[in-house]
Amino acid sequence: MAARDLTMSEAARVAGARVDLLLIAEMVKPGSRVLDVGSGDGELLELLATTRGCDARGIELSREGVNAGVARGLPIIQGDADVDLADYPDNSFDYVILSQTIQATRRPKWVLEQMLRVGTHAIVSFPNFGFWRMRLDLLLNGRMPSTENLPYSWHDTPNIHFCTIRDFVALVEEVGAQIDRAAALNGYGHPVRFNLPWAVWNLLGEQAVFLLSRKG
Amino acid sequence: MSDNTALRDLPAYEAARGEADHPHSAVVRFGADMPLQLDAGGVLTPFQIAYQTYGTLNAARSNAILLCHALSGDQHAANVHPVTGKPGWWETLVGPGKPIDTDRFFVIASNVLGGCLGTTGPSSTNPATGQPYGLDLPVVTIRDMVRAQAMLVDHLGIEKLLAVVGGSMGGMQVLQWAASYPERVFAAMPIATAARHSAQNIAFHEVGRQAVMADPEWRGGRYLQEGTSPRRGLSVARMAAHITYMSDSSLHRKFGRRLQDRDGHTFSFDADFQVESYLRHQGEAFVDRFDANSYLYVTRAMDYFDLAADYGGVLANAFKGSKTRFCLVSFTSDWLFTTADSRAIVHALNASGAQVSFAEIESDKGHDSFLLDEPEFFAITRGFIDAAARAVGAL
Repeated sequence: MAARDLTMSEAARVAGARVDLLLIAEMVKPGSRVLDVGSGDGELLELLATTRGCDARGIELSREGVNAGVARGLPIIQGDADVDLADYPDNSFDYVILSQTIQATRRPKWVLEQMLRVGTHAIVSFPNFGFWRMRLDLLLNGRMPSTENLPYSWHDTPNIHFCTIRDFVALVEEVGAQIDRAAALNGYGHPVRFNLPWAVWNLLGEQAVFLLSRKG
Repeated sequence: MSDNTALRDLPAYEAARGEADHPHSAVVRFGADMPLQLDAGGVLTPFQIAYQTYGTLNAARSNAILLCHALSGDQHAANVHPVTGKPGWWETLVGPGKPIDTDRFFVIASNVLGGCLGTTGPSSTNPATGQPYGLDLPVVTIRDMVRAQAMLVDHLGIEKLLAVVGGSMGGMQVLQWAASYPERVFAAMPIATAARHSAQNIAFHEVGRQAVMADPEWRGGRYLQEGTSPRRGLSVARMAAHITYMSDSSLHRKFGRRLQDRDGHTFSFDADFQVESYLRHQGEAFVDRFDANSYLYVTRAMDYFDLAADYGGVLANAFKGSKTRFCLVSFTSDWLFTTADSRAIVHALNASGAQVSFAEIESDKGHDSFLLDEPEFFAITRGFIDAAARAVGAL
């Protein structure tokens, strides 16, 4: 398919993809070079290749994910974001994407810095631990929140570095990046469309997606 | 030729010997007008390449896949072997409807330079003397092998290969193809291989070569002229090598400490254990189809392989600007060509910006896994090859 802009509903028809992946795909310019870190079996890679005409490549930690993706003809390598991002040259991609993975990295700050070194842009999506339901859960039950999207118990989870939207914004400032776009999805998977302050997004957004670039 | 009695008792060996000059294969002969440049210096001329093809080349000549064989392989990848009568070494992977589908692709497999199944090697007749080359053949390298293959591909009228695929030493050739002829390789699949032969692997090869050369029947490499055969030496070399192709757990699963057709230890040096009997059989079977001097030449070619060394010590430079897409595969229990070896190639390819897939397959069968029934490996091969074929419009 020729590279072109697509609307989210078009993309959903094409790929039946997750809403957060569609939000990410929308942020990527057609025809660009993309590295998806934590690519799973390549759902986003396929979406980017077929609907955006991208040269999209993946790194994935799990052997099952890699092998399933490669068997579908997708360029995925078995590797660990916490280590292997260092192997890529500066500016080798237009976008480096970290979708629902930053909370599972050992060194989120280092990973984010590497993403902004390897890519001109970085796109990060993550579950927002500042979401009102998380806060309510902790307030009322006094137990670590566990939701449909994050069903793990605190002691047996790949997610070792949860953050809130405001935490992430602070990290972006710390690594000296700028936010080009941001979007939040509410508990129903709908974008929080209003241009509201971070504090409100932090309450209403169950997930967040940020498009970042280096300052200057 | 002197006393030939020893050979007359060995029909299989004779059959293999006959393959050297007149193989049961297609053969292309390159005359004095097309000499082969050798890394050792000088040229080899005339020389010949024995090869097999499967499937049909399409009108656009865009569906050709070259298979590169490993140390003890040959061009008989997907047909019954003319000497052993056994299925081709890659019939698990290559054939009608198989992952490398000969209904859709034109598959080429050639015997390597230095081999003994019809491509010029030490058992071929030296036209200058009318005698087998023996050690008069210059030492050849992986790059020489690939240079010869490129002449074969030219001869077949193919400008660009859809894919070059090979495991172990075959994988070295795949890497060399991608480095030497990037514009002629659309997709490269180096399997269970390394960009350089490790000290440990050189050491194993040296043991094998010394076993061959220590056999009094080797006669300084002139056994064909003298009518002898260094069977014991080559057999020991194969036995030692065969251990490196398996894993501790696969040997244990297959044999454990079980005894061979006996109730107790014989307190002798007979093959009491099944594993001993198995290795002896592997050694014997190998000698019937393989030339001892070829074993020296081909192992040497692997030892000399160090792709980065040809590119200023930086492997990424071997693939600079490469538009070839790569798919590397390693197997968890392969301790001869490890996942770390494959990963080093992946790192270099990433650094050079090449498109690369890399999958590690869980298997306890060791290095030989790439020749065995590994469904996940097959699925990956099919996916990678089909995606490449779609990309060039060959599907």
